Amino acid sequence: MTYIVKPINHHPNLEKNALGLTRRDYEGTISTLCAGCGHDSISAAVIEACYDLSLASDQIAKLSGIGCSSKSPSYFLNQAHGFNSVHGRMPSVATGANLGNQDLLYLGVSGDGDTAGIGIGQFMHAARRQLNITYIVENNGTYGLTKGQFSATNDQGSKSKYGEENVLAPIDLAAMAIQLGAGFVGRSFSGDKDQLVPLLKAAMKFKGFSLIDIISPCVTFNNHVGSTKSYDHIREHNESVSSLDFVPIGQEIKTSYKEGSKVDLPLHDGAILTLEKLSKKYNPLDKGLAVQSLNEAEKNGKVLTGLLYINPEIKDHAEILNIADTPLNQFSDKELCPGSNKLAKVNASLN
Amino acid sequence: MSKLASINEFVIKFANVNGSGSASANQMFAKGIFRSGIPVSPKNIFPSNIQGLPTWFEIRASEKGYLGRKAGIDFMVAMNPQSYIQDVAEINPGGYLLYDSSWKREFHREDINIIEVPLTSLCVDEFQNPKTRLLFKNLVYVGALSYLMSIKKDIFIELIEEQFKGKEKLIAPNVQALEMGFNYAKKYLVDACDIKVNQRNLTDGMILTNGNNAGGLGCVYGGATVCAWYPITPSTSLAESYKKYCDQFRVDEKTGKNKFAFVQAEDELASIGMAIGANWNGARAFTATSGPGISLMTEFVGLAYFAEIPVVIFNIQRGGPSTGMPTRTQQSDILSCAYASHGDTKHVMLIPSDPKECFEFAAESFDISDRLQTPVFVLSDLDIGMNDWTCPEFEWDDAREFDRGKVLSKDDLDKMESWGRYLDVDGDGIPFRTLPGTHPEKGAYFTRGSSHDEYARYVEDGEVNARNLSRILKKFEGADKFLPKPIFKQDINASSKGLIYFGSTEAAMQESLDQLSASGFPIDAMRIRSFPFSAEVWDFIDQHESVFLVEQNRDAQMKTLMLSEGNINPEKFISVLCFDGAPITADFISESIIEIMSDKDTSKTAEEII
Repeated sequence: MTYIVKPINHHPNLEKNALGLTRRDYEGTISTLCAGCGHDSISAAVIEACYDLSLASDQIAKLSGIGCSSKSPSYFLNQAHGFNSVHGRMPSVATGANLGNQDLLYLGVSGDGDTAGIGIGQFMHAARRQLNITYIVENNGTYGLTKGQFSATNDQGSKSKYGEENVLAPIDLAAMAIQLGAGFVGRSFSGDKDQLVPLLKAAMKFKGFSLIDIISPCVTFNNHVGSTKSYDHIREHNESVSSLDFVPIGQEIKTSYKEGSKVDLPLHDGAILTLEKLSKKYNPLDKGLAVQSLNEAEKNGKVLTGLLYINPEIKDHAEILNIADTPLNQFSDKELCPGSNKLAKVNASLN
Repeated sequence: MSKLASINEFVIKFANVNGSGSASANQMFAKGIFRSGIPVSPKNIFPSNIQGLPTWFEIRASEKGYLGRKAGIDFMVAMNPQSYIQDVAEINPGGYLLYDSSWKREFHREDINIIEVPLTSLCVDEFQNPKTRLLFKNLVYVGALSYLMSIKKDIFIELIEEQFKGKEKLIAPNVQALEMGFNYAKKYLVDACDIKVNQRNLTDGMILTNGNNAGGLGCVYGGATVCAWYPITPSTSLAESYKKYCDQFRVDEKTGKNKFAFVQAEDELASIGMAIGANWNGARAFTATSGPGISLMTEFVGLAYFAEIPVVIFNIQRGGPSTGMPTRTQQSDILSCAYASHGDTKHVMLIPSDPKECFEFAAESFDISDRLQTPVFVLSDLDIGMNDWTCPEFEWDDAREFDRGKVLSKDDLDKMESWGRYLDVDGDGIPFRTLPGTHPEKGAYFTRGSSHDEYARYVEDGEVNARNLSRILKKFEGADKFLPKPIFKQDINASSKGLIYFGSTEAAMQESLDQLSASGFPIDAMRIRSFPFSAEVWDFIDQHESVFLVEQNRDAQMKTLMLSEGNINPEKFISVLCFDGAPITADFISESIIEIMSDKDTSKTAEEII
């Protein structure tokens, strides 16, 4: 049996959010990933973030490509439509879906093979187009479902489970996304829920392309000594640049602004993102500095995490294309078909 | 010197250098004949290049309505010294050669009539700007032809006024260039040409347009809201036509916002991915491409087939394989579309034969795709797509409603106890779909290209997967009732020989059938307009002893498709194949058939063979 339904019974006193839903209402089917897989922690963080924001699941679309990561949307948000597309091509499907109905919240779930390998072209163009999506990369540096080949994000010198050394330099998806104009770029670690959940919430509220590159260790093929994407390695080398607090619209903002340490960033719907900078030198509004810091961290063997870059003034793809506020899938026949009188004019222009 | 003489039946060819602005003048000349009430078929034969290479423009005028391409040129306007030798060789004996006699030439053909017009000298004397001189040369020959062939000059003046509406300053010098040519011919070339155009009214109720323009318009009428595409000849102008008509008809007057999305994707994979994504959300979406693009799209086509997502794909076929002949025509993607993608897949195809059908099939394709929840290919070709055809006006019934197929609303879901995305409730193999965001608790499912059961759950149970594949086949087998039926040239079959053809071959077919009849070989003809084939198609094959299958490809792809889909004795089919990249001619079809029939039994007369 490859499909396992979760029992729906739960404790009657479970805490409820503004929609009257419990965390369990945001769950999916039982995961068939390996025990201890980082991806399952990410699914849990997505559930937490959606619950906290009181999002209606049916107004969310979850899209993925192919691979272990791309299976994971089954494991959260049962009431959301999902689309497990073809390998590396989730960005184009999400782009089309968004053009069809820009009112839904789009969650893209991909992996490092799906995004940095076969799908790097589509990833880059989705960022360039400013597709309004929360694009999660569950980055474990390995092709898990085909049993442990190196992926394009695997660090040079890192060793495979079988002792083979990776000879190629890695692709840094976060740095690339910043350079391509993505409006929101973060990096996190599947083992750091405190950092990941607010980052996800902020990304979901951001209108435009938001990437969260999440280091998510593969317990079966890439969690050994010598791997730079193991739980131990990431815990030792993680350097957080910022700590986020997400304040939804309508709530009082309690953070006090202190020069050099905290920044309040208004998001498109009026929500506020409060950012506590953990490094005085770091400024996530500065594109050049963000890229430079990522390069330096890579040189020093550090993994920079937190909100790396944000541009709150960006226009998303639908705005750039000047698409009507009514979603395109909701226009009636009459609103779409010009009719016979106009056709007569077309005929007249062609004779 | 004998002079070819004819009224309203001729082929004129213009040999130009590409990038010299000749195409619009040549098109204007074609339209001049059309406005004289004579059916025309202009064909632009152009290189895959922007400037400097030879390019040709052939116009056939025929009051009999024979609008297929015809080899052998009655009147050649030779504007390109690079191609003089080949151009002069093509002229029929007694035909005419008009060339720019600013530089005198010998052409070494005693059997043709040479008409000298010093086009460059005339323009140099009259116009200052070098670029203008070059462009106006084209209008000067149009003016000369207007006189030589007795086409009313006023028609061209009217066309110039229409063309430069909004840029009125340009009207006077263009008219001046036209008059120069006309007056030169009137003065020096009296009685030089016996090919004449006499006014008729045969183009009343007709339009002159190309299939890509029509197809883009059809998408607007069919309710398409998303076009995702990647530039590729010869399909680009279909996407651009969609945009042009959307700009006219789909911009909200109050808000100035678009009721459409037009996205030039990064490649063909992304184009079809976007079209599928939009359709998944219930927004009608399409992509337009040609052979190489189809090759790139095939993985996604398989996903849409198996996950049962509607999507419309226009394939404006060109010469293959590989990059092939991007600016020449072929019908060589029949198999690559019919069976596109890995695994067991079969796809619905619509095969229009002229711009009017491009319009109609474009609009219908969205209904069919939504109804069947499967990809639909519209197989046009370069000849239909990029050349102007004389065809009946477009029609639209305002009472017509879109058929969006089996889509469940919130109310529907509220009334339902249970629902399975891939459950065959009606016995037609077509399941009910839901769109994201419809209902807070019901109808969500996980769309996937991996094996799934009736409730869209991932399964690796072979029996369940086989059941699903069989259901999808059932859907396909019932598809023909939604598709355009074949068209027959005869009311009742009268011959033991049949002929099957499709697509742009239509232009040459009536002429060919008339030629065959006149030669004592009357044949019954059927035009296929869609795949899967309907019972009428199989009946036609059954009713004939042997069947000629006329195709514009090397490998007889339609024959292969029919043999693999039907229970037919392969011996029954005789292929007539044209794959040189030029539109098929009536002469080629007739001569091939007559030769085959004569070869088969030389001892019998034609009547006996039939």
